[in-house]
Amino acid sequence: MEEVLKIVQDETLTYHQQLLALAKVAENLDHTIQLSDEVIQAKKDGVICDMGEGNLPYRPRYIIPDYQLFMEKGSKFLELEPPKDLWEACNNLLIMYRHVPSITSFPVYLGNLDTLLEPFVEKMDLVEAKKCLRLFLLNIDRTLTDSFVHADIGPKDTKTGRLILELTEEMQLAIPNLTLKYDPELTSDEFAQLCAVCMMKTAKPSFANHRMFVSEWQEDYAIASCYNGLRIAGGGYTLQRLRLYEMSTKANSIDEFLNKTLPYYCDLMWNLMNDRICFIVEKSSFFKSNFLVTEGFLKQENFTGMFGLVGLAECCNHLLGIQDPKKGFGNNKEADELGVKIIQTIEDFVNSKEAKYCESTNNRYRLHAQVGLDSDGRENSPGCRIPVGCEPEMAKQIAHSTLFHKYFPTGIGDIFKYEETWLKTPMALVDIIKGALAQGMRYYSGYLASNDVVRVTGYLVKKSELAKLDAHKQSLNNVSVFGKGARDYSNALDRRVHESTCQ
Amino acid sequence: MLLTAESMKAPVNKIISFSNVDGPGNRTSIFFQGCPFKCWYCHNPETIHRCNNCGACLETCPASALSMIDGKVVWDKEKCVDCDTCIHTCKFMASPKIEELEVAEVIERIMPNRPFIRGITVSGGECMLHAEFLKELFREVKKMGLTCLIDSNGSIDFSKHEELMELCDGVMLDVKAYDPVFHEALCAHSNHRTLNNLHYLLSINKLLEVRTVILPNYPEENLQTVTHVSEIILDKCDYKLLKYRPFGVREEALDKMGRIIASDEECKRLREIAISKGAIRTIIV
Ligand code: SF4
Ligand code: SF4
Repeated sequence: MEEVLKIVQDETLTYHQQLLALAKVAENLDHTIQLSDEVIQAKKDGVICDMGEGNLPYRPRYIIPDYQLFMEKGSKFLELEPPKDLWEACNNLLIMYRHVPSITSFPVYLGNLDTLLEPFVEKMDLVEAKKCLRLFLLNIDRTLTDSFVHADIGPKDTKTGRLILELTEEMQLAIPNLTLKYDPELTSDEFAQLCAVCMMKTAKPSFANHRMFVSEWQEDYAIASCYNGLRIAGGGYTLQRLRLYEMSTKANSIDEFLNKTLPYYCDLMWNLMNDRICFIVEKSSFFKSNFLVTEGFLKQENFTGMFGLVGLAECCNHLLGIQDPKKGFGNNKEADELGVKIIQTIEDFVNSKEAKYCESTNNRYRLHAQVGLDSDGRENSPGCRIPVGCEPEMAKQIAHSTLFHKYFPTGIGDIFKYEETWLKTPMALVDIIKGALAQGMRYYSGYLASNDVVRVTGYLVKKSELAKLDAHKQSLNNVSVFGKGARDYSNALDRRVHESTCQ
Repeated sequence: MLLTAESMKAPVNKIISFSNVDGPGNRTSIFFQGCPFKCWYCHNPETIHRCNNCGACLETCPASALSMIDGKVVWDKEKCVDCDTCIHTCKFMASPKIEELEVAEVIERIMPNRPFIRGITVSGGECMLHAEFLKELFREVKKMGLTCLIDSNGSIDFSKHEELMELCDGVMLDVKAYDPVFHEALCAHSNHRTLNNLHYLLSINKLLEVRTVILPNYPEENLQTVTHVSEIILDKCDYKLLKYRPFGVREEALDKMGRIIASDEECKRLREIAISKGAIRTIIV
């Protein structure tokens, strides 16, 4: 067991990171879920990737508890009464978070924090409320040490929302990731501007297209992990992904790709997902005995399967024989049209297959534009994104995003990097975001080029933490190591800087 | 004007899709070619004159994007790599990269930006040289539900363009100097019209902001300009004091204008003075 020893001796891993790595080794010793030879080959070829989920899922990948219910009735299992003030509410939540599993064992969703806490903040002196929230956020940053930990605010302007923004700026923490559910009719311009300033300075919150999400999920949706749309009191069982660049190398022509290669691998991956989901629901203990389920914080029927993909850009460029990525996908009409065709084909496929245990999503899996793993290198750009460094001017980049965003209810997003002057004119940025969302963009993220906290592909890291890893020191944040990989192997931090004016 | 709206054209130096520095919110900025002033500190001297087709820049273009056809310089936008070598070559404060555009063509360029902007800003050069064109342009832009701002040095009489003023949502006016002699020296042009325009625009309620560049080598002139402008505009519009920056200023002007940025202390002092004179909406940029 060389692997086990390696983990135990790795000086860059914290104790918890070692523990998780060791658990993964153990999980992978089991082969109850049998893989077909075709799937094994597809994984070996790098066409299908299981996102490190392990052989034997003992909990859904992403869990979105109904924290509102938890606020209202407390928990028998945790022996917690419903909170009476902000201190109790924050304390209850912090306790709860430690009991919400996920693929990384850290909770990927912390709740719509402003609406959850507003009733308590309203009853309290603002200075004390801010102190309480400061400790709450500090606790989260130091104990839930994983940038996929995600909280939501909005769409309405609240005292709590404003305090969270103030603290986010003051504290400059990478955790939690934060989303504003933005609807120009429900969110005031003033609040949107505050969020825009905070986003420029700290890389969060991102702006989620509230209307679009509501149209697909109804009101009770959450944004979790990177930018994943999921249902509250539910979540995502599993996320598997197609690596489209590798897939494109298996076809000799566009026709062959669309009519043979793509359907073949889609089918393989769909079946793999089905096997895993059936195992979680039918054989693992999770939906039978976990208190989140038995106390009603989760309902099995609110979960869905996330059908993921990466590398559309490189796939299209390869199929069209385009060598220079600057002249390809994102800057080339033919490549973009092929991209839409591919995604449409995948969507049609997924919609044609009735999926078990996905009652709340019409018994279908939902598409997810995966942001990439540190190990992907430059061969597979995140989801449907334009390769880093090849981004056209902002208006065109947005227009390009809108071609694809509607296909991905379980998440897709684009990131923009700005130079300083935008900070002086947050309303100009809000104008752009409003336009982008109205045009059909789902999720908009941005940050200033000069920040310490920066967005890598979907998650946040501190450049200063990456420097620690460079010096072979431990980083408390679980994902700093992904950020390092993404920076070193995919040049993920070299995205185009949008100037105060762009043609 | 003999030309009809359909065939009217104007020389456009550049169109910037998104700009956050040309008025409130995000805007599309349209820069017209040609300017009656010739300010020492001009940062875009290539916008001052129309090209005289001397042909010098043809030689230096690395992308063969320039050619001479029937005695006129023709620019091939597709071939151009935007290196600006031609602009540095040109001794006439001109650019070969000018497009003669019709109103409809400018509208076509604005259209894709429409969801993301709240309006357009016309600038230059001096855009008011093309006031008739602007009138037609604004009429169309208004139909798109966008606002129209003018960025001007005030060298053209606004009061002669009432219709345009009605269509326009506001003017951002440069007052470069108050003293006529210094203005003449600085801009090779009188400031008489600019000051008349300042009063006129205030009277019709179309003055959005006034801007004055604070020069490191001319403290007295700075003081005089800021004092008078403040007394005129009071709290009726924004007053932006722009710090002089030497970047992009042409070499022969640098000796006069200085190679340093105007100091923070000087700008802050002038801001205090402006506020004490009643221009409470004064900021330093
Ligand atoms: S742009 Fe200048 S250098 Fe080129 S032809 Fe015109 S005047 Fe001559
Ligand atoms: S900027 Fe001028 S010199 Fe450079 S390629 Fe374009 S036309 Fe030629």
